[in-house]
Amino acid sequence: MRVTEKIIEGLLWLSALITILVTIGIIWVLLSESIGFFKEVSIVEFLTEKEWTPLFANKKFGIMPLVAGTLLTTLIAIAVALPIGLTIAIYLNEYAHARMKQIVKPMLEVLATIPTVVYGFFALTVVTPFLQQFIPGLAGFNALSAGIVMGIMIIPMISSLSEDAISSVPRSLREAAYGMGSTRLQTSFGVMVPAASSGIIVSVILAISRAVGETMIVAVAAGQQPRLTMNPLVPIETITTYIVQVSMGDVPQGSLEYKTIFAAGITLFVFTFALNNLSFWIKKKYQEKYD
Amino acid sequence: MSKKHNKLEAKNLNAYYGDFHALKNINIAMEEKNVTAFIGPSGCGKSTFLRTLNRMNDYIEGFRVEGDILLDGRDIYAKDVRVDELRKEVGMVFQKPNPFPKSIYENVVYGLKIQGIKKKSVLEEAAEQSLRQAALWEEVKDKLDKSALALSGGQQQRLCIARALAISPSVLLMDEPASALDPISTAKIEELIYELKNDYTIVIVTHNMQQAGRVSDYTAFFYMGELVEYNKTKSMFTSPKNERTQNYITGRFG
Amino acid sequence: MTNSELNRLKDKAFQIFGIFCTFIGLVVLAIFLIDIVMEGAKRLDWDFLTSLPSRRASQAGIKTAWVGTLWILVLTTLIALPLGVAAGVYLEEYGKKGRWANFLEINIANLAGVPSIIYGLLGLEIFVRQMKLGSSLLAGALTLSLLILPIIIVTTREAIKAVPRSIRDGSYALGASKWQTVWNQVLPASFGSILTGIILALSRAVGETAPLIVIGALAYVPFTPSSPLDEFTVLPIQIFNWTSRPQEAFLTNAAAAIIVLLLLTFLLNGIAVYLRNRQQRKVKW
Repeated sequence: MRVTEKIIEGLLWLSALITILVTIGIIWVLLSESIGFFKEVSIVEFLTEKEWTPLFANKKFGIMPLVAGTLLTTLIAIAVALPIGLTIAIYLNEYAHARMKQIVKPMLEVLATIPTVVYGFFALTVVTPFLQQFIPGLAGFNALSAGIVMGIMIIPMISSLSEDAISSVPRSLREAAYGMGSTRLQTSFGVMVPAASSGIIVSVILAISRAVGETMIVAVAAGQQPRLTMNPLVPIETITTYIVQVSMGDVPQGSLEYKTIFAAGITLFVFTFALNNLSFWIKKKYQEKYD
Repeated sequence: MSKKHNKLEAKNLNAYYGDFHALKNINIAMEEKNVTAFIGPSGCGKSTFLRTLNRMNDYIEGFRVEGDILLDGRDIYAKDVRVDELRKEVGMVFQKPNPFPKSIYENVVYGLKIQGIKKKSVLEEAAEQSLRQAALWEEVKDKLDKSALALSGGQQQRLCIARALAISPSVLLMDEPASALDPISTAKIEELIYELKNDYTIVIVTHNMQQAGRVSDYTAFFYMGELVEYNKTKSMFTSPKNERTQNYITGRFG
Repeated sequence: MTNSELNRLKDKAFQIFGIFCTFIGLVVLAIFLIDIVMEGAKRLDWDFLTSLPSRRASQAGIKTAWVGTLWILVLTTLIALPLGVAAGVYLEEYGKKGRWANFLEINIANLAGVPSIIYGLLGLEIFVRQMKLGSSLLAGALTLSLLILPIIIVTTREAIKAVPRSIRDGSYALGASKWQTVWNQVLPASFGSILTGIILALSRAVGETAPLIVIGALAYVPFTPSSPLDEFTVLPIQIFNWTSRPQEAFLTNAAAAIIVLLLLTFLLNGIAVYLRNRQQRKVKW
């Protein structure tokens, strides 16, 4: 029986080990294919060239247009999600009745469960035509609609993480503020939000990371034209969309074009990895402060 | 002292939680088929000592013991002793009733089932017998398949006793078994302890001085990790030798 | 106006803005659902569910897509469930607290934050190419399993953490070994919560598109898969494919397919919420 115990523990250990193997696998796959890429394209060109045209006859390999497209859609998404999400968090915490909070929170979570390809459809067929009524210059594919819809998608992420942060602020702080005759608004912005700031920042960082890696909304609605611009009205291309675009076509394995998706992938991975670890670091510091 | 043999013995026992010295050089011998009560203020080490007797502290990180604990003369911390075998010999009942979230029947036969006993007739017989021993049979015989969590607190605790008895141990450790119960349930448990000592060696930790006086043959008083006094309960309660014991049992501290 | 009146006015104004923000998302969601249903419902009939894909919008159906989605759902469950629960049990019950456990924990948190398309690249290289599974259901299910593994591990850990120490003590005191205790007490007691987490993870997997596109799940599969090694398509990919076509009729098809996909997603989430509520109503420890 002792032997069985040991065997079972070994199997469980192996399952846990798989998570490490996945990480190693991701890094290895991205690195090994990108190294092949960087043998043919210098890293300087990759980082400084202003055009990305690996699928054309005149090939240029500057990642900047893809990064710009990614940052543009992310920026728009956060500009939508942060004010709305944070307001919801404050409203639910300081103004709404407990009963309302109980009903609204799960309803907002529904927003996070809808498949992203469905959001893409929405951005393309509803939001863009709607916005075109007010913005005549808006192209059929554009960063604006994709960014707005992505923002709606990540509202629950910001609202629920921020709400957790605000509600974990010690009661005494809030009571002190009310005790001095502050209104709810003054208490919220004068005391609660500053006290919960690290938690709110963590929620925003995680939301940025999510937006940077988001694929289907931008693949459907933002276009496939790598462009070094911050103009939200024209078609652009994000890193993720580029990977999808190549995957849809018949690019032969081992070709330089094929390797570009791994070079794009590792760029994306570096961004999200840095953002995620930044959020862990802030979270840890913040926990230590309160313990 | 009587002529009964020593069921459990601790020799020069020291125990530590990390740097904290929880038990200091404990020497004690407990006779078989007697009730020994451990008393003392919170944090005095009585529960820690109880839990070393069936090695329940093994799972606590940083816990270690030095010295010997002998069960029928054999060191239970020896390398060749298997913890699961030890615990079949030394059963335990906890402070708060902790029935498994399963049926009454499944609770009682759990110990046997994990030993690999599958025969239904054996299990059913053992279940009835131990439920009878725990004075619970009449109350539950018609609802053995009902959830154990639906029983009252006192019934749950007797179920936990039945569960411990089902694997036929020779020692029963009880960690404040009545502290979470109402007076009537407490009386039932005490009555039960009185019955059970005909067949089992019982060690009970209690906060309640009257309870120690009512149920035990011997009492051990612990204070700050030391065994201050150990004697027949009657003598200890009428003429304690140590001043600290006297202060404690007369309620001056603790 | 006095200062305090002004303050109260601002307070009221923010309250109204708060209500507006809280409901804007839900209103948008409602508009969207109504739009989808109005657009897609007319196309949604028995033929649509049972037809193979076609180059003509009016004849195209989603049979291969939903069959593929069901295959993926089943295979992903079979792979991810035992792995995730086992890893969760190891980390919570066996892993010694310390550097190694810390490292595993940070690693899993990191994996949870890796964009799904990166998992696609991993699956493409490891499963499709190195293991030579091709763009098969199995390759897709393995990829999605790795994707949802962190979610399952985290929910498993939380579920078994909620099982009180006294249950474990009771089991150990009866001579049970560690694994006997885990298998007979801890897992059954936390099963409801684990199941809830797994269903939520699966609902995520069902909606995933990007990683499957990357591993080469075809958008045009003229047959329904019959073994795990067959090529396949799934509902989200079919939707993506139709959405990217210029003709209006294909958009209608996409809307109809979205209704089916959303029904499936909401069904899975509904089951999870139901299980969670039932779990919470059960006896408190």
